[in-house]
Amino acid sequence: MELLSDLQLGFTVALTLQNLLYCFVGVLLGTLIGVLPGIGPVATIAMLLPATFTLPPVSALIMLAGIYYGAQYGGSTTAILVNIPGESSSVVTCLDGYAMARQGRAGPALAIAAMGSFFAGTVSTLTLAMFAPPLAEIAFQFGPAEYFSLMVLGLIAAIVLARGSLIKAIAMIILGLLLGIVGADTNTGQFRFTFGLPQLADGIGFVVVAMGLFGFSEIIANLERRAKRQVIMAEIKGLMPTREDLAASWKAVLRGTGIGAILGILPGGGAVLGSFAAYTLEKKIAKDPSRFGNGAIEGVAAPESANNAGAQTSFIPLLTLGIPSNAVMALMVGAMTIHGITPGPQVMSERPELFWGMIASMWIGNLMLVILNLPLIGIWVKLLSVPYRLLYPAILLFCCIGVYSLNNSAIDVGLALFFGLLGYLFIKLDCEPAPLLLGFVLGPMMEDNLRRAMLLSRGNPTVFLTRPLSLALLLVALALLMVVVLPAVRKKREEAFQE
Amino acid sequence: MHHSKPARTAVCGQRNACERIAPPFTPIKAYTGRRLNVRIRNPRNFFAGVIFLSFGLCAVVVGRDYPMGSALRMGAGYFPLVLGALLVVLGAVICATSLFIPGEKVEPIGLRPLLLVLTAIGAFAVSVDSIGLVAATLVMTLVAAAASPESRWREVVILSIALLGLSIGVFAYGLGLPFKLLPF
Repeated sequence: MELLSDLQLGFTVALTLQNLLYCFVGVLLGTLIGVLPGIGPVATIAMLLPATFTLPPVSALIMLAGIYYGAQYGGSTTAILVNIPGESSSVVTCLDGYAMARQGRAGPALAIAAMGSFFAGTVSTLTLAMFAPPLAEIAFQFGPAEYFSLMVLGLIAAIVLARGSLIKAIAMIILGLLLGIVGADTNTGQFRFTFGLPQLADGIGFVVVAMGLFGFSEIIANLERRAKRQVIMAEIKGLMPTREDLAASWKAVLRGTGIGAILGILPGGGAVLGSFAAYTLEKKIAKDPSRFGNGAIEGVAAPESANNAGAQTSFIPLLTLGIPSNAVMALMVGAMTIHGITPGPQVMSERPELFWGMIASMWIGNLMLVILNLPLIGIWVKLLSVPYRLLYPAILLFCCIGVYSLNNSAIDVGLALFFGLLGYLFIKLDCEPAPLLLGFVLGPMMEDNLRRAMLLSRGNPTVFLTRPLSLALLLVALALLMVVVLPAVRKKREEAFQE
Repeated sequence: MHHSKPARTAVCGQRNACERIAPPFTPIKAYTGRRLNVRIRNPRNFFAGVIFLSFGLCAVVVGRDYPMGSALRMGAGYFPLVLGALLVVLGAVICATSLFIPGEKVEPIGLRPLLLVLTAIGAFAVSVDSIGLVAATLVMTLVAAAASPESRWREVVILSIALLGLSIGVFAYGLGLPFKLLPF
């Protein structure tokens, strides 16, 4: 079995003392920011990138990945105990999780969330290990035309799966693509949109954009809301779920894992979408839907399994095709580039220790998270009593230091300030920032592949339609777009996001 | 901007849906033989459209001098021009529809957090290279703390000293990032 020997390689890498340590640091930080509302994985990963400069690439990626899936565990804790979703992927968990907590059943809710997450984590790690190699094989046959079509598909899927207005999401992507090509043109050396600033010759840093859009603007918006965080913590009496709880939730865990894993692979997917879809499905198929919102344990089990599964399978497109599927993965592209690794199918064959080490670390990280989250739950909840007025100056400072130290450039901090203002306006105007970041990362890749495809086909644009793989990808993209424009489905989509 | 001053309401989720629909504010009156009464019915989309439109125009105008090339050999100007034009069209469509289809109004902008947080970031950017990380950290935390009315000065002083210790200890010494620490 090749898979077994590969996994064995992975575990020998992941189980070294150093990598275990960084995995632990990653999931610990992930839990921390998952618990704390107001700072998400995107800003945290961006903040920590400079700190990983001196690490070996494997350790760096293991830690950064841990932050993302760790946040999924942490987010559920506060959702259940205090009705505050620490992460957007835990929003639906509040509905039934907090209801259970008020009925004195916080313990079982937390236990089911952690157990479901762990199960989902295990399954999706295996999925990643099994599906990545064959997908990478296919990716090796991709030419520029296929890559271009794939990116079109990815961006369209990101639009379809985004919340809110379609046309605004499209505009955000195009704006992202435009911002992505600022700097010296790789083919001709022409400086584009640099406005005379030599610092812009290498383009705008993705950390700058991410920090502005997801870090700074969030802080401003949070300060403005100034919602009194009344932490009325539900009491935890015993963690063990009853036999009925387990009977009611194991199927929900299975379904949640399945939905989350599939939606995570899709471009534009990730943790958030899976949790919403899983909750909606549970409510649809329940014999008595009215229980939902009043403490139905399936309403905790399904979305919590789904968000963790989705967080992990969203690594599949990144590691096999080199295409990021959401904002966090876009940052991972940056992290890999910093360490001299070009994301894509060749990573698996050229750097097997990196690929398999990361996969193995995910399972180990999930195990650590169960331990971190169940017995130590009290500590995490105590953290919530730290008032925001003490937290945000610290977050702001570390964000600034992070942006500055990427290139030792104060101009970068100034640019991040601009994106912070832009991000704040986008929050006010209901524009989702994630598609912009995705477009930003894909911009240069898209232009490059478009050029090469056109050059290879001697300027014949039908190349995208005559190559079968490329055509198939475009057809899927078209189908997705059609589906969303059809009124019936559109209504469903809105309903699903309403929950 | 000419908002009619929106009422301050505590929690936006609590209000019912119809109250959140924007009142048609300040009509743009155009005289074209007969009176047209155009109203912005969806302010959120209108201003979003304006942002997209201006970025698109900027891309087209700034990028007009870049060599276009041909479809076979695309020049530096090809891709940006296509994207810029698309953005102009999308922005215009978003603006136009916002005149007909009603939507929610823009929540009031909190000037204090907005300006002070941005000033704090700007202060860090300006000072870190010139007077060093120590001063930059202190200035930034003090300005940032002023952004929240809940800040208490005694806490802020302790917090900024603690953060100073962290930023020097962890980033400058721990991670060995090359910072200029002091002005001299």
